[in-house]
Amino acid sequence: MNKLLIRIRDLVHEYREYDENDVLVRTSRALDGVTLDVTEGSFVAVLGHNGSGKSTFAKHINALLMPTEGTVIFSGRDTAEIENLWELRKEAGMIFQNPDNQIISNVVEEDVAFGPENLGIPSEEIIARVAFALERVGMEAYRLSSPNKLSGGQKQRIGIAGLLAMKPRCILMDEPTAMLDPVGRREVLRTVHELNRDEHITVVMITHYLEEVTDVDRVVVMDQGKIVMDGTPREIFSRIDELSAHHMRVPQVVELAYELRKEGVPIPEGILTVDELVEALCRLR
Amino acid sequence: MSIALEHVSYIYDPDQKVKKYAVRDVSLEIKKGEFVSIIGHTGSGKSTLIQFMNGLLKPTEGRVLFEGQDVFEKGFSLKGLRQKVGISFQYPDNQLFESTILKDVMFGPKNLGQSREEAETNARAALKVMAVPEASYDKSPFELSGGQKRRVAIAGILAMNPDYLILDEPTAGLDPEGRDEILELIRTLNWSQGIAVILVSHSMEDVAEYAKRILVMNDGQIIMDDTPREIFKAYRDLETIGLSAPQVTYIAHALAEKGFLPYDTNVMTVEEAKKEILKVLKK
Repeated sequence: MNKLLIRIRDLVHEYREYDENDVLVRTSRALDGVTLDVTEGSFVAVLGHNGSGKSTFAKHINALLMPTEGTVIFSGRDTAEIENLWELRKEAGMIFQNPDNQIISNVVEEDVAFGPENLGIPSEEIIARVAFALERVGMEAYRLSSPNKLSGGQKQRIGIAGLLAMKPRCILMDEPTAMLDPVGRREVLRTVHELNRDEHITVVMITHYLEEVTDVDRVVVMDQGKIVMDGTPREIFSRIDELSAHHMRVPQVVELAYELRKEGVPIPEGILTVDELVEALCRLR
Repeated sequence: MSIALEHVSYIYDPDQKVKKYAVRDVSLEIKKGEFVSIIGHTGSGKSTLIQFMNGLLKPTEGRVLFEGQDVFEKGFSLKGLRQKVGISFQYPDNQLFESTILKDVMFGPKNLGQSREEAETNARAALKVMAVPEASYDKSPFELSGGQKRRVAIAGILAMNPDYLILDEPTAGLDPEGRDEILELIRTLNWSQGIAVILVSHSMEDVAEYAKRILVMNDGQIIMDDTPREIFKAYRDLETIGLSAPQVTYIAHALAEKGFLPYDTNVMTVEEAKKEILKVLKK
C-alpha cells in the first residue's frame, strides 16, 4: 500500500522563448528545484496561485513535459526516456480544465473506448472496460448519448471514464472543476474520491479551491516554482498566515475559526469542516 | 433608464410538437446603476437570458425594451444598443486578438466610428480604470497572466462607455487573488461611474459579497428575485435546484439548530458570522 509511485528529484523546468532567428530571447523558470515522493494509492492536492508552477509540475508526471534539469520517475520509469512514453501515458492520464477540449466522439461510449482502441485491445475486452468505466463514474445511462448534450460535470466524468478504460494507476487533474457549477463540482470530486478509495488509483489534483482539499491525504502548496508547504489538510489549514503569504484564501469555515481564535475564543486549531466548528463552539456553552 | 424583458421566451425548434424552452416567460427590469447577479446551474437559461439584453438573440416570444423602446422593432439601432450594453463572455481572454493591448482595447470604439485619437483616449481611460499598467500597453495580450487578460478584455468593453456591463463568469479559472481584484474593480465601476453590472456567477460567496440583487434561474424561469440576504435564507430551496449558499450561512444555521445562535440569525459573510458568535459568547 505504501509503495512509492512517483519520485521527483530537483526538478527544474524552463520555458524558453526564441525570436524568428532562433535566438534565445527569454528564459523563465517555472519549476525551480522540486523534490517530492508520492506513494501509490494516495490523494495529493497541489495548490498555488496562477503562475506558481503547479500546472507545469503536473505535466511532468506523465511526460507531457520533459525536465530541463532533475528527474521524474513514475513507477520505476524515467519520464525523460522516450521508450517509456507509451507506458507512462497509459498508466497516468490527465484531465484538463475545459471538458470540451478532451471530448472527441459523437457518442459517449465511443469516446470512452478511444483510449483502449488505441492500445490495440481486443473488442470484447474494450466493451467490458467501457461498461466498467461508465458504471464507475455513474454515467452508464448515457452510454449512447451525445456528449454535447451533457453538463460540464458529466463531461468531466466521461473524460475520467476514458482514462479508467486504460486501467491507469494514477489520474492527474489540472483544475478539473474550474469551469463547473456547484453540482458539477461535487459530482467530479465525489467520483475521483471513490476511484481513489475503491480502485486504489493514485490521484494528483491541481486546484486553487481550498474547499476541495479538506478531505485529501496530503496538500502540497507551490509558489514561484517551489514547494513551500507540504502536509495533511489539517496541518496546512492551521497555518493561515503562511497560506495568505502564498496568495491562498482559506474556506470560510477555516477563516471564521481563525478569526474567533484571534478574539480569544478557545476553540482548537486546525478546524476544517462546518460540523467541527459547530461542535467546538457548542462545547463552550 | 432600464433594460426590461417582457414575457420573453426562447424556444428551440418552434415547429416541434413538444416545445423545448431555453427561457420561459421571463419578465424583469434592470435599472441603471444596479448590481445584479444571476445564478443557476449550467443549462438553466442564464446565457440565453443575457443575450436578449443586448439584442444578440431575439426571443421567440415577448419583447426586449431598452429605455422603453422595443429593440427588435424596425429602425432601432442594435449597434447603438450594443455600445450601451456590453457583454463580456466566459473566458473573455479568448477574444483578445490584436497585436498590442492598446490596439485590442481600441477596436471597439473604432468600430463605433470614433477617430483614432478619440478611440485611443477612450482605450487609455478604460485600461486605467481596469488597473492595467501603462508599461504593458504595447505588449501582446498573449503575454499577460490570466487575470490581466481578463481585465484587458473588460477594458475593451468599457472603452465604448457602456451604461450596462454584463459579465458571464468573469472570474472562472482565476486564483483567489485574481478573483478579488476583478470583482473589486467591477464594484468600483458600479458605484463610482454608475454603470449597471449584471454578473453571472457560480460562486455563491462572491455573489453574497458583491451583488445587491440576485435573480435565481431554473428551467428557463426566474424563480427568485430578491436581495442576497433573502435569497440565501432559502438555502434549502437553492439546494434542490443544484445551487448552494455561502459556507458561513450553513455554519449559522447549524449553530441555530443546536440552540447556540438565535433561530433567525441570517449571515452571509465571515465578518457577520464572527460578530453574531461573539455576541453570544460575551453575554
